[in-house]
Amino acid sequence: MISVKNLKKSFGKLEVLKDISIDIHPQEVVVVIGPSGSGKSTFLRCLNLIESITEGHVYIEGVDLTDKKTDINNIRTEVGMVFQQFNLFPHKTVLENIVLPMMVVRKWNKADSKEKAYALLEKVGLSDKADVYPDSLSGGQKQRVAIARALGMEPKIMLFDEPTSALDPEMVGEVLEVMKQLAKEGMTMVVVTHEMGFAREVGDRVVFMDEGVLVEENEPSELFGNPQNERTQAFLSKIL
Amino acid sequence: MNDFILVIQDMLDTVGIDFKLNIIVEYLPFFLRGTLITIGVSLAGIFIGMVLGLFIGMGKMAKSWIIKLPFVWYVNFFRGTPLLVQLFIIHFAVMPSGSSTIASLIVTLSLNSAAYVAEIFRAGIKSIDRGQAEAAHSLGMNKVQVMRYVVLPQASKRMIPPLGNEFIVLLKDSSLGAIIAAPELLYWGRAATGQYYRVWEPYLTVALIYLMLTLSLTYVLNYVERRLDTE
Repeated sequence: MISVKNLKKSFGKLEVLKDISIDIHPQEVVVVIGPSGSGKSTFLRCLNLIESITEGHVYIEGVDLTDKKTDINNIRTEVGMVFQQFNLFPHKTVLENIVLPMMVVRKWNKADSKEKAYALLEKVGLSDKADVYPDSLSGGQKQRVAIARALGMEPKIMLFDEPTSALDPEMVGEVLEVMKQLAKEGMTMVVVTHEMGFAREVGDRVVFMDEGVLVEENEPSELFGNPQNERTQAFLSKIL
Repeated sequence: MNDFILVIQDMLDTVGIDFKLNIIVEYLPFFLRGTLITIGVSLAGIFIGMVLGLFIGMGKMAKSWIIKLPFVWYVNFFRGTPLLVQLFIIHFAVMPSGSSTIASLIVTLSLNSAAYVAEIFRAGIKSIDRGQAEAAHSLGMNKVQVMRYVVLPQASKRMIPPLGNEFIVLLKDSSLGAIIAAPELLYWGRAATGQYYRVWEPYLTVALIYLMLTLSLTYVLNYVERRLDTE
């Protein structure tokens, strides 16, 4: 579903991603962990070309993102993204946040879009917040709206970039719960996170990244219980 | 001259203030005409300046430096040289000889304010968090849609206070037109001074009219800002 081949990314002279290759299969939940500055967010942002790719290829359902002829906007509708800082549109109400891309990008009519948006809000447990502005929501609520907004495009893949890192501790659970539900429904997900509990419980595969390299990947029980690489061991011993 | 003015004039004379109200009364129709021209020239200037400024601001944000260069130097020139010099160059050199002074004044104010508007526009867009555009792009919006639905609606709110300031500055700067004899407000002040060799009466009146214009503008702008705040 996603195929990454020899991906390299540099910011000026700084090489952030050094030759990363990985395949992500349909309905798989891949959790990316690693110390900050390891390039895991950059890796994720390359998967929908929010970050430009310096070298190598990323294929989404066989389509090469780096090919100049690829209609990237079209691919992005299939790849939803959730950000650490939520990035809701502050000048739009919760409902409008979800409806806007439906109407503008998918060209659905207003009535259909609204109906879908209400269904999504119900799914993330925020039906009563449809007409308020994002400003008045808590962090956890904002992130759930952001998830609903991304789902509104009916994507085949969801990317999560540290979705709970900017939240107060008591709000982490409600967001993870929505993500778990999504995983259960068979969504293909790539999740960058520091929530090891989530990685263990929901991840089909955990990937450890360090200094721009994909150091080790395995099933969660194996990677957490029996890490092979010493960098993985060092990282896990610090956080577990 | 009506009785009321005569009474005031008597009072001024009694306390020994040398101030001739009849000059103001005589020139009032001209001041009013000048005020209308000042307003018209300023409105035209800010309107054309805004349209040009948006275009120049976008040009300045181009990625390629070769596209950016002429816009950068446009802004450098119009912000870095005195408005009066620009007015002279445009009136005496650029515009065909015999063209109206009002036209020259409008062209100069428009080109000048375009440079400032371009910077206001650019700063407004830059002030919107990058995450907003990233989120919009991640939902599949193209560049135009991101600008239209996400960035510009937020940036335009932030652009209103500096744009208001620019409008006020432009209104006051339109008085430079007097020097090329464009018949705006200050021009008529100078005419009255020339005729009667009196300074206080015409210039104080002109100053008060400018003050009334800028204060009403400030009031309107504050109102607009408050309206946008509560939305």
